[in-house]
Amino acid sequence: MGTFLMIIISAVFINNFILVQFLGICPFLGVSKQTNNAFGMGMAVTLVMTITCLITYPIYEYVLTPLGLQYLEIIVFIFVIASLVQMIERAIKKFSPSLYNAMGVYLPLITTNCAVLGVAELVIDKAQIMSLLGIKAMNLGVAVGYGFFAGLGFTLAIVLMSGLRIKIDKLNINPSLKGFPITMIAASFMAMAFYVFNLIA
Amino acid sequence: MTGKKFKNISMDGLFRNNPTLRLVLGTCPTLALTTSAMNGIGMGLAVTFILLCSNTLISLLRKVIPNEVRIPSFVLIIATFVTIVRMVMEKFIPDLYSALGVYLPLIVVNCIILGRAESFASKNPVLDSSLDGIFTGLGFTWALTMIGAIREILGSGSIFGLELWSFKIEFFTSAAGAFFTYGVVIALFNGLFASIENRKRRKEFKLLYPSYEVDLPNKDKSENKIAKEAK
Repeated sequence: MGTFLMIIISAVFINNFILVQFLGICPFLGVSKQTNNAFGMGMAVTLVMTITCLITYPIYEYVLTPLGLQYLEIIVFIFVIASLVQMIERAIKKFSPSLYNAMGVYLPLITTNCAVLGVAELVIDKAQIMSLLGIKAMNLGVAVGYGFFAGLGFTLAIVLMSGLRIKIDKLNINPSLKGFPITMIAASFMAMAFYVFNLIA
Repeated sequence: MTGKKFKNISMDGLFRNNPTLRLVLGTCPTLALTTSAMNGIGMGLAVTFILLCSNTLISLLRKVIPNEVRIPSFVLIIATFVTIVRMVMEKFIPDLYSALGVYLPLIVVNCIILGRAESFASKNPVLDSSLDGIFTGLGFTWALTMIGAIREILGSGSIFGLELWSFKIEFFTSAAGAFFTYGVVIALFNGLFASIENRKRRKEFKLLYPSYEVDLPNKDKSENKIAKEAK
């Protein structure tokens, strides 16, 4: 239970994927103009990140490591993610058209999202992930849990940002600050707010 | 290759279409690895090397790769070069390897490289593509080094690891400082490019209509005039 709680707090707040680790900035800037779009994107990323961890961790642990092929990890992971995204898209389209309408548009974009490859790479780096979460043993459950809650942290940040941007876009500011720069400065204040969780830990 | 074409490609990569400052691509490494100027150079040169190799190879294979599977093939080519760079770096520059951390494998999904492959290398001859790779990479490198230098000077009072003074603003080394510095730098460059463009437009206008005295409508000036008249 302690481990579980630690994963949640660490993945969602202390090591928030967007605001602390800088992974997945492109969708954070690109799809945060409206709250419902941001939420759909966040949910799609969470789904893909969870399933990616569920598949890449065993592949690395039980296939690549025994064979001594660790150096192939980048190539293997990117292909697993690309085919996974395709399969999820097909499956969702077939079984739940309403869900497909909500998040289907975002799925193709996720293949080249750094957050997904980033979580696959982070989870296999055992020393780093154990110090990040403050736990002593690493297993598949921790990996999948980390993927899921890191995705929720991503969703939290992108939804908060979309709320801010609705206000920001109405501001009358210098034209060279408009668009990207002012969004970055707003993100900077959000990152400051999230830094507080770091002090608690 | 003519001189004009060379100038065009180099100016596009370094300034006009600078991936970091103008197109805002590859934001993740820009934010994460600019805590020091040295990290910026290391990441920039790694990306430059991979861009050069992938652009050259993709341009060589552009007539062989079928259109339907071009994106997976590009990704495979890029992933191969990233793996090579990673292995070489781990062996020969272990300090930089650990500083770049998870962002080194993430070069695979960096939008700059796939973007150049898709929009330039898959349509242009080999020499042009390799030049485009080099100059886009160098544009990325100088932008990263500049942002890294700003953050290092303000945040840790040093540059390239050499200590300048003991005055430090911790904010600039934190995550919030990364977002803030990047936002401000982009805003400054937006302003700079807008003023350059404005000047160019004025010049062209004067060449076309030498006897025409009236200035081009300048929003700020006209607003000021209205404000003055109101007073």
